[in-house]
Amino acid sequence: MTSSTLTRRSLLRTGAGCVAAAALPFNMARAQTPIVLGAVYVGPRDDFGWNQAHALAMDVLKQVPGVTVIEEENVPETDAVAQSMESMINLDGANLILATSFGYYNPFVIETARKYPEVQFRHAAPLWNKDTDPANAGSYFCYLNQAHYVNGVAAGLSSTTGRIGFVAAKPIPSVLSNINSVLLGARSVNPAAVVQVIFTGEWSMPVREAEAANALVNAGCDVITCHVDGPKVVIETAEARGVKSCGHNASQAPLAPTGFITGAEYKWETIYKIYADALATGAEVPNFIAGGYHNDMLRNSDYGAGATPEAIAAADAAIAGLKEGKPIYVGPLKDNAGNVVIEGTMDNYDPVLDGMSYLLEGVEGSLT
Amino acid sequence: MTMTSTSPLAASGLSAATLRRIEALAIPVGALIASALVFSVFLLALGKSPLEFYGLIWTGGFGSSFSVQNTLQRAAPLILTGLAFAIPARIGLTLIGAEGALVLGGFSAAAVAIPLVTGGVTAVIGLPLMAVAAMLTGAVWIGLVGWLRHYRGVNETIASLLMSYIAIATMNFFVEGPLRDPASANKPSTMPIGELYRVGPIPGTTVHWGLAAGLVLAVVLHILMTRTTFGFAARMTGGNVRAAQAQGLPVGMLVVGCCAIAGACAGLAGFFEVAAVHGQANASLVAGYGFTGILVAFLARQNALAIVPVAILFGALAASGGLIQRRMEMPDATILVLQGIIFVVLLTSETLYGRIAFLQPRRSGDRT
Repeated sequence: MTSSTLTRRSLLRTGAGCVAAAALPFNMARAQTPIVLGAVYVGPRDDFGWNQAHALAMDVLKQVPGVTVIEEENVPETDAVAQSMESMINLDGANLILATSFGYYNPFVIETARKYPEVQFRHAAPLWNKDTDPANAGSYFCYLNQAHYVNGVAAGLSSTTGRIGFVAAKPIPSVLSNINSVLLGARSVNPAAVVQVIFTGEWSMPVREAEAANALVNAGCDVITCHVDGPKVVIETAEARGVKSCGHNASQAPLAPTGFITGAEYKWETIYKIYADALATGAEVPNFIAGGYHNDMLRNSDYGAGATPEAIAAADAAIAGLKEGKPIYVGPLKDNAGNVVIEGTMDNYDPVLDGMSYLLEGVEGSLT
Repeated sequence: MTMTSTSPLAASGLSAATLRRIEALAIPVGALIASALVFSVFLLALGKSPLEFYGLIWTGGFGSSFSVQNTLQRAAPLILTGLAFAIPARIGLTLIGAEGALVLGGFSAAAVAIPLVTGGVTAVIGLPLMAVAAMLTGAVWIGLVGWLRHYRGVNETIASLLMSYIAIATMNFFVEGPLRDPASANKPSTMPIGELYRVGPIPGTTVHWGLAAGLVLAVVLHILMTRTTFGFAARMTGGNVRAAQAQGLPVGMLVVGCCAIAGACAGLAGFFEVAAVHGQANASLVAGYGFTGILVAFLARQNALAIVPVAILFGALAASGGLIQRRMEMPDATILVLQGIIFVVLLTSETLYGRIAFLQPRRSGDRT
């Protein structure tokens, strides 16, 4: 169309046509908006640990009709993750981003969420603050210490020495709660049980993890468990030394055919299905989901050859108890320096426990 | 060199210097093409389409303005760490400790920021102070390696690598201890520098100012190394230390000076990681940029200017790596395999310099 033929009428007609043409595919596209979940992992998807637990849940979601899953592994906690999330949005049309590593949240998830208000962001740690953080961001989290408590119960009845070794990454609240829960689980079935802990100082340092596992076996521990990013080395070391083991994050049963007892596992697919359903029905995607055994967000790995029949029975009973909300931290409890740290009975989701900064009496080890 | 050549390019009247430049460009570009062909065989063996792969590299690295900015953002720290390897290399030192200088530099910036932020000092004064602190820390740290090399005879490669570990441990000590922000429970970090102290993006882009700093430094250092007596003396020392000493050049000062420049570059990269990316210092500073910089500098043949395009190439590979994971369902290691092939082929191509007949300025009948 040239300016010489441009009349008001033809302009209006053309304009209306353009609007109609633009609106049509737009509406169709909206009606069929595919659900694209973009998951970002900090390590490899097959790490026998944290990342594998998430990847397995995403595999479950891949089977859900209408849901497309896109994944990126080994994304460091730098602006690389911001770029990866933006790339998923810009190039693959992701409408829900699952940022699964702790250090992704601040500032990367927050800033990217501000930049893309139409996209939902959920982060796997209880960091979202409804007053200060974007409304299209959010957190999800499971209290894995409940499953570690079950580990402790099974370990307490599968150990002969009553000494459980724990290879831990860093002395931060979530790790300390897992250590203390193993102790309380073990003491619930064997009041003389002891947990010995060694901190490696890093989330992933396989050489030191193997050294720590060996040192714990040398110190008389006959069950080894851990809280590190990838428990593979710890479990394999325990198996090689002929002692039993309890897992963490995902199932390590294939790594320890003779010594594996059970393991604390996340059931992320419960949460991811909630998100996918909300997107499919157009409902609000919940900003904050936290849970544990009572709402089907945890599981313990299938019992291995290391679990005794009594251990299996007691662990099953412990799981049943946790599902009904039976508390783990029942005071008065002292830390291993002799100070009373818990007076009364704590609910399993009591926020006070989120700031845990001590090892309970019965745990051998030090935070520093 | 005289122009007595019989080769066609030389006969066309091109000067020896021009021919050297053509050679310096043709060999790396040829090596890149050869690497791409070798990698295609690898892809075909896996049953994947090389065309799709390179198409995705283009899409993810350069295909849209988002992709270009993604690439440049990732290239920014690599330019600086590449310079940190290249400058000492010109004086004959193989320094692989830029990672430590980056981490310590970033940490210093964050540490200096604490009193500045709490004291209410304006960012116009505070940010340069942070940058200077980061560069000074890096300069002293790597300068120390140069000093050890020259005055104590300590191998600089080993010393810089080991000092990297010390640097990271030092940062961890302060971040998890005296300078820890109490609010950073599960991810120990220093106090956030706050919005006022954040270095924003270059206007009109999403890329932070570290890119501009890298470009400026690349040009400045190129001039320094090729157009000044300092650069000439440094390169002469790199060529033959004894000859340089015999000429009365201050070899010790030159060695320590080049190392200090390298450390300052890496420290500045750390400053931008803190001020533009993370907003605080924590373990996320240890992202491997220092080590990738070694690769970048090698591929750029220690040429400060050539580091820029090579860093952008690496940025593009990193930027498109996620897309390749998502669209082709290939593991993260795919890009590493490609980088490895490029590295090996480029190193091999080093032997071609001076051997391609028609690129040589003088070539008489005996070897054509």
